[in-house]
Amino acid sequence: MRVPARKGGIVAAVGLALVVSACGGGDDGDNDGGGSASAGGAVSIRGCNPQNLLIPALTQEVCGGDPLDAVFSKLVRYDAETAAPENEIAASIESEDNQTWTITLEDGWTFHDGTPVTAASFVNAWNWGAYGPNAALNSYFYDPIEGFTEVNGEIDDEGNYVDGSATAEAMSGLAVVDDLTFTVQLTSPQSSFPQRLGYIAFAPLPEVFYADVDAFGDKPIGSGPFQLVEWNKEVDIQLTAYDGYQGEVKPHVQDVTFKLYAQDEAAYADLLADNVDVMPQLPASSLTGEQYKSDLGDRYVEREAGLFQSITFAPESVDPAMDNPNLRKAISMAIERDLIVRNIFQGTRAPATGWVSPVVDGYTPDQCGEWCTYDPEQAKELLAESGFTGELTLTTNGDADHHTWTQAVCNSISNALEIECTALTVPLFSTYRDQITEREMPGMFRTGWQMDYPSIENFLAPLYATGAGSNDGDYTNPAFDDLIAQAAQAADPDQAIALYQDAERLLAEDMPAIPLWYETRIAGHSSRVENVQISAFGTTDLLSLSLS
Amino acid sequence: MTDVGYLGAAAEPAPPGRREDEPPSAGPGGAHRRRGKPRSLSRDAWRDLRGNPIFVVSAMVIFILVLMAAFPGWFTAKSPTFCDLNLSRGGPSSEAWFGYDVQGCDVYARTIYGARASILVGVFTTLSVVLIGGLVGMIAGFYGGWVDSTLSRITEIFFGIPLLLGGIVVLLSFPSGADASEWQTIGKVVLTLGVLGWTSLARIMRSTVIQVKHADYVMAARGLGGSAIRILRQHVLPNAVAPVIVYATIVLGVFIVIEATLSYLGIGLQPPVISWGVAINQATEFARQSPHMLLFPGIFLSVTVLAFIMLGDAVRDALDPKLR
Amino acid sequence: MGRYVVRRLLQMVPVVIGTTFVIFAMVWALPGDPFAGKCGDRPCPAPYIAVMTDKFNLDEPIFVQYALYMGNLLQGDFGETFGGVQVMDELQLRYPATLKLALVAIATEILIGITAGILAGLRRGGFADALVLVSTLLVISIPVFVIGYLLQLLLGVKLELFPVTVSAGAPLNELVLPALVLASTSLAYVARLMRANLAENLHADFVRTATAKGLSRGRVVGVHTVRNSLIPVVTFIGADFGALLGGAIVIEGIFNINGVGGLIYGSIRTREGAMVTGAVTVLVIVFLLVNLLVDLLYAVLDPRIRYD
Repeated sequence: MRVPARKGGIVAAVGLALVVSACGGGDDGDNDGGGSASAGGAVSIRGCNPQNLLIPALTQEVCGGDPLDAVFSKLVRYDAETAAPENEIAASIESEDNQTWTITLEDGWTFHDGTPVTAASFVNAWNWGAYGPNAALNSYFYDPIEGFTEVNGEIDDEGNYVDGSATAEAMSGLAVVDDLTFTVQLTSPQSSFPQRLGYIAFAPLPEVFYADVDAFGDKPIGSGPFQLVEWNKEVDIQLTAYDGYQGEVKPHVQDVTFKLYAQDEAAYADLLADNVDVMPQLPASSLTGEQYKSDLGDRYVEREAGLFQSITFAPESVDPAMDNPNLRKAISMAIERDLIVRNIFQGTRAPATGWVSPVVDGYTPDQCGEWCTYDPEQAKELLAESGFTGELTLTTNGDADHHTWTQAVCNSISNALEIECTALTVPLFSTYRDQITEREMPGMFRTGWQMDYPSIENFLAPLYATGAGSNDGDYTNPAFDDLIAQAAQAADPDQAIALYQDAERLLAEDMPAIPLWYETRIAGHSSRVENVQISAFGTTDLLSLSLS
Repeated sequence: MTDVGYLGAAAEPAPPGRREDEPPSAGPGGAHRRRGKPRSLSRDAWRDLRGNPIFVVSAMVIFILVLMAAFPGWFTAKSPTFCDLNLSRGGPSSEAWFGYDVQGCDVYARTIYGARASILVGVFTTLSVVLIGGLVGMIAGFYGGWVDSTLSRITEIFFGIPLLLGGIVVLLSFPSGADASEWQTIGKVVLTLGVLGWTSLARIMRSTVIQVKHADYVMAARGLGGSAIRILRQHVLPNAVAPVIVYATIVLGVFIVIEATLSYLGIGLQPPVISWGVAINQATEFARQSPHMLLFPGIFLSVTVLAFIMLGDAVRDALDPKLR
Repeated sequence: MGRYVVRRLLQMVPVVIGTTFVIFAMVWALPGDPFAGKCGDRPCPAPYIAVMTDKFNLDEPIFVQYALYMGNLLQGDFGETFGGVQVMDELQLRYPATLKLALVAIATEILIGITAGILAGLRRGGFADALVLVSTLLVISIPVFVIGYLLQLLLGVKLELFPVTVSAGAPLNELVLPALVLASTSLAYVARLMRANLAENLHADFVRTATAKGLSRGRVVGVHTVRNSLIPVVTFIGADFGALLGGAIVIEGIFNINGVGGLIYGSIRTREGAMVTGAVTVLVIVFLLVNLLVDLLYAVLDPRIRYD
């Protein structure tokens, strides 16, 4: 009798770590239209099986997202090092009031099939993604645009979709002015709107997409630096450089192949054997005792990524005992983050001192203040003040690699506070999330957040604003909501950031979620390539990759 | 009576049938070993076993393990649940004979306390598998015809259910919070493995019974008018029991090992229950750097498996009339 | 015999229906919302849930859903996943690798297991016996993923005797190491079972008769005793084949084989009922056919067995 079992956990988030060779020529010399001078050569990257067809509006996970990011250029590109958004297809994105935006495109951009990229390419694509019956997973990205509800459909009071309520196919807030200009009208001011436009959901689509969506999903056609040659299911995804690419930074390799692995360890073994060139995230087993350093020598790079892990408390309606700021602070001060990062994560995490990841503009250290430091004495005092006398539970899903650290966190809490803490698991991630969204999960539970776009707003509003989609603890604070709204309206980006930072500081008082750590990506590469650049999303920058 | 022991037994197999040196009937006078009491299979078996050093050794080992499972406090004064992360993966020392695991818990204490859950899972699962599978296989094999067809088809249905899916359904259908007792959690794992694991044994039992029922002595017994139950018990069972015992003794160890993989997936034993399987799983990741974490629970597991297998072999040899 | 075969084939139908229904029911009836985890840490968009619920009839009672599913299945349509991947395509991609792996594993079990068992059974208490005992013990008591991981490290990465992972298409020569690891526990059992049976049968009457008739020991053992000892072994191997097909997920993961085990595990996690049911249905059919073959083999191996 065989038991199906999984050793290495689910597919690790796959970023492509592309190594950028320093031996290429200057990369800002080729600004004119026409072919890019890629230095040639073929590299392979560890990839994983996309769960959906390769269509921008349907792709939410990295397995599909990484190849798609190479195949599609968008209005904005996030700089690989700083995550700062830079105009790519867009010539300018402007607004007087953060509510009505005028977007003008650069001339000369083409799709891989030769057709031009126009304003209509964007508007039609976004309308398609927003249209309810198309069932696009990324449709919520278009939510701020005026007219979204008519196109997407309505939701009744119980949260169920009202069938047939999508009455329009085009959002009223989008208007094509001419071939290279269009306007976007938002329902409310959003200062961070330009920063979102680099996300895959906002990519333009060529005309052929609408003729046969399924065929397109097998072989997507974009306007990015690489075009898709072939997708061999379960085997690999092959890309080759597009010589009509108009972007400023040109690729330095000719062919990129995503080799699809289901297991980290297998990919790592191949990396050591030089069978794959880049592995964006090394498996946990290689990190122990810094094994990877002796395995790889200097063939690795590391970088903080926009992945944030926290512990959220059950809403008051579910578990009233948890609704106690003193208890929450006591728990937070009882977690020895440094020690856990060192001994459980082998240094691939950075202890969090706030609720925002270091990779975004506006990050300030120590927003959490003393509440996120380890101090068992004070923690015990706070516990006494809180009057809590029960037992604690920390729940996570059992089908990923989390129960080791949840046990460590629970041990830390029970050693410091001298109360019982049990680390529980729920077998399936879907059941786990279901219990949370149905408000049936008591005690504490693990929550992770991967940023959609590099903005401080993305770490605050979707998680802690009243009624927000991912506000699992039902946190509500009018002062916080107020600051968020003001920041969204702020005309001056620096002012917006300051307001967001104020909002973040409010969280320290109520502690709706305990910040734990940010993830650090450690990527490894073969001896054939150099200069691996990890982006703020933990993906590999294909534009800098080259052979050594 | 020859010693049908295990290792070190005579190279030549014992002669078949009844021994020439023993008179066929029990009665007064003559060179009889026994007087008065009629001889039975189980009595003979017990005498065989008592003299078999392999049986004695393995029984003692199992006895110690049972003690360990029942009274772990006798074997260690340390707590298996107190963990200090500062000591993570520390090697063996005078403080901690087996070192520390990745959470900083004492590996020796956890190994001792882990005996209970592991052995209980192994034993109870094997018992249920033998009972269910043995019964189904015996009835199917003996009666044949449509009884056999129905039971075999039912066996095949159960075989088709993946263990992982079954485990998840059992676990989600009987959810337990932090206050679940150890027995509840163990019971759920036993239920999962037992309900889905009996099919192989049923087929093995069925095949042996089919083979045996065509044998002469069974035909003779039926011809003599023996009832089905009597024939099953007296003739079929003792002869069919050998492969079952071999399978049961091996599969006991396999179940303990399978529990390891289930626990890692989160559908097996849940914390705070401790078992060898959980320990081995957590330790494999660090096998290169901290082998002690893997070695000690692994050794205990191997010793347990060895003991049960040896015990099973000795019992099988003693019970099997064909080997006398 | 022919009528027996036809009867068995007909009986396969209710078994397949029964199994698919049980699997189908288990997956679709899992508590909670199947879309709860599909979109990461945030809830899926409502239109998506509505469209998918409608497309896969998730609102209907389970019997209706099952009837619709079976209706499609009988026409050869295995359905598709929530992501639009055709189940049949996926199965066609995955099954060849798993089948090859299982076949090589079975071959290993037969070659090494039966031979070791015969050697051990012939000389009980001898060196071969002790060797078989010790090695089977080691193999059983070490979890398969530990064996796989260590062997991959030692023989693959360090000594480079075997390829570290299996490349696409699963060529047979690359499957030797994974198959060996996969078959290890079963090999142990086959050896021990063979040994026990052989030792037993060496006392049997027909062996005495054969020896008395003057047949050489080799013929007595090889032709007569082994044949009769094989029945439980053949049974086990037949049962094992089915298990190997569906459950080799650990090995598949370690050696990066795109097989059915990983597919089933992944699909259970993501609640893709059509994929799980489809994969298991094929599994069940193959297993039933193998079982039938094994049952027919009984009659060949032991002429005392008749099928009436």
